[in-house]
Amino acid sequence: MKLYDSVELAARNLRESLLRNSLTTLGISVGVASLVAMLSLGIGLQQLFSRKLQRSLFDTVVVSSRRDLRSFTREQDTEGPAAAESPDLDENARAKIAAVPGVLEAYPDLRFIAELRFEDKPHLTMIAGLPLLDKNSDAFQGMQGKFFSTENAHEVILQKMFAAELLGKHVRNPDEIKVAEVAQPLLSKQMVLRYAEREAGGAAADSASYSVISRELILTIVGVTDLDPDSTRGNFRARLFIPQKLMEGMHAMQAYESPDSTHATSKEAIYSFVVARVNGAGKVESVEQAIKKLGFNTFSILDASHSLQRAFRIVDIFLGIFGSLALTVASIGIINTLVMAILERRREIGIMKAVGASDADVRGLFFAEAGAMGVLGGVLGVIIGWLIGRAINFGTNIYLVRQGFSREDIWAVPFWLIAAALAFSFIVSLISGLYPASRAAKLDPVQALRYE
Amino acid sequence: MPSFFIDVGGPGGPPLHRLSLINFCLAHLSSSAAIQISSLCRHYQMGRSTIRAVDGVSLKIGSGEFVALLGASGSGKSSLLNLIAGLDSPTSGSVVVADRDLAALSREELAVYRRHTVGMVFQSFNLIPSMTVLENVELPLRFAEVERSRRGAMAAKALEQVGLSGRLRHRPIELSGGEQQRVALARALINQPNLLLADEPTGNLDSRTGTEVMELIRRLNESLKMTVVLVTHERDLAEKYAERLISLADGKIVADQPNPARAMARGES
Repeated sequence: MKLYDSVELAARNLRESLLRNSLTTLGISVGVASLVAMLSLGIGLQQLFSRKLQRSLFDTVVVSSRRDLRSFTREQDTEGPAAAESPDLDENARAKIAAVPGVLEAYPDLRFIAELRFEDKPHLTMIAGLPLLDKNSDAFQGMQGKFFSTENAHEVILQKMFAAELLGKHVRNPDEIKVAEVAQPLLSKQMVLRYAEREAGGAAADSASYSVISRELILTIVGVTDLDPDSTRGNFRARLFIPQKLMEGMHAMQAYESPDSTHATSKEAIYSFVVARVNGAGKVESVEQAIKKLGFNTFSILDASHSLQRAFRIVDIFLGIFGSLALTVASIGIINTLVMAILERRREIGIMKAVGASDADVRGLFFAEAGAMGVLGGVLGVIIGWLIGRAINFGTNIYLVRQGFSREDIWAVPFWLIAAALAFSFIVSLISGLYPASRAAKLDPVQALRYE
Repeated sequence: MPSFFIDVGGPGGPPLHRLSLINFCLAHLSSSAAIQISSLCRHYQMGRSTIRAVDGVSLKIGSGEFVALLGASGSGKSSLLNLIAGLDSPTSGSVVVADRDLAALSREELAVYRRHTVGMVFQSFNLIPSMTVLENVELPLRFAEVERSRRGAMAAKALEQVGLSGRLRHRPIELSGGEQQRVALARALINQPNLLLADEPTGNLDSRTGTEVMELIRRLNESLKMTVVLVTHERDLAEKYAERLISLADGKIVADQPNPARAMARGES
């Protein structure tokens, strides 16, 4: 018998015992739903943490020259040349780092102490450049105003402690400052930045001389951050941020720049640190290895990321096992339903054999019924699982918002999960159908025809 | 595929159409013996005792013959019919149909044999209640993997031949006993078998309807020279339609004789 005939007859048989088959199919649906719901939550949480990690510099590799002995030196940094032979961390090195596969962007870490005048009052603080890529960083959650409009915009974002200082408030605890209150009088106002531009001197390429020229730049305040985007930099922490490209074009004297430092031997700008942003936390390790081969030191918060990924995989496995248990129970329901169907349709099987059905035809028919229940149950289960996941996500977000946190997607149903759940449901159903189908195929037609 | 049926009509019953006799004869009537049974036994073990349902039966049925197996209940006639149908396997002996020993065939080969060589009708009709009349008749075509597009027309035509063209979408339960048996007959003939096995086909019918069904079978036998083996316990019925009467008792043939009444009737016709 051809496959479509088996499927058609199976569909007819399923319709004949609609209630029982519907309940069995519902059992499979519940099994698949629990599997989908649990795994979608597991995957959702994993993706959430992955997003958090990426936003929290887990996708960042900080590169320094081995000549700069202040830089991070770790035991494993054994690849590449020794410190004395390490190349300069200049524009050429930056281009090479940017060309490493997996690197989205490589930019120098530029920061200096500047004098700012706001409403004719001078203020001193550390200023740093920020790439547009940082727009989605968690550090800017709760920011008042907006991020930079362009990569060269004469705009500035203030950390709320500095904003409070501009307004004449002297507070020690950042939690005492409400960002909206300090941002409101400052947004759209202008301030003057005074800084020292470093200009290379002399015509010779190896000239160590350079000039320092005083410059002024008028900046518009576009945002005030609630959090501290530069919290990992300790004493070099900036409280005022301008676009990275604007910062690069200023050629300002760096906070740690002195004539005898390693990078003062060329008229070209030489950086202490270059920050490489990687396309996903998973590529950080390979990017680090590639950069080390170029002769630089690297640093990333990689190990914690690895541990988290491992932990999530284990959680996913356990969630999958719990979800599968429900499907296993459902598969017993399929066996029960089909065995009952054999008893009820014993005579029908005899008739089919009398008019020419082979064992394979009968077996195929019962397989088709099991498979149809599996597919229907799978589809329904995916839909129910999706709804359960959405409901949990919705409920969790209500709780998060009430607790003062921002909304988060803790649930994800990727396409592969839907496909895998459907395939799993179908395969489990077919396996469940093995015994009933084999039993039906082996029925003695004479006995079956006598059955009332 | 050429039409199986031609109209041969017949008094008192629905018109019967059958395929070209020439093709049928060329295909199926070349052998003189349609069925050859030798020392056939079918024994069942019931606890410690052995039931000898068929016990050393030897028999030859010619092509186109109309044979009645007579006997009381438990005489072994249905068991013998099941062995000829390939529904059951003998304990010993052989059943050779169309030069093939059924005892040597695998289960799959027996299914193919039942599908193409044998048509069966039963006392209790054995229609599938959840299917319509048309679907019941179509069923053997599904197993024979006949194209879907042709099945409906073939089944409709077969039902037309047994006078049920207006009942295609009805369920068996909505039909009378005679109509159900005619559906079963259409189903038995849909794959053009050369052997029709009828197990008490009138057992559940009143005498008028029973006669109608038997007339239908007789016309098939006469028009197509289709071999018919009829199992019945009604001697009158057997004598009216069969050319040869084989009586069984305790699984053995106790009498095998031509039916003089039928021979006379044929001679007259």
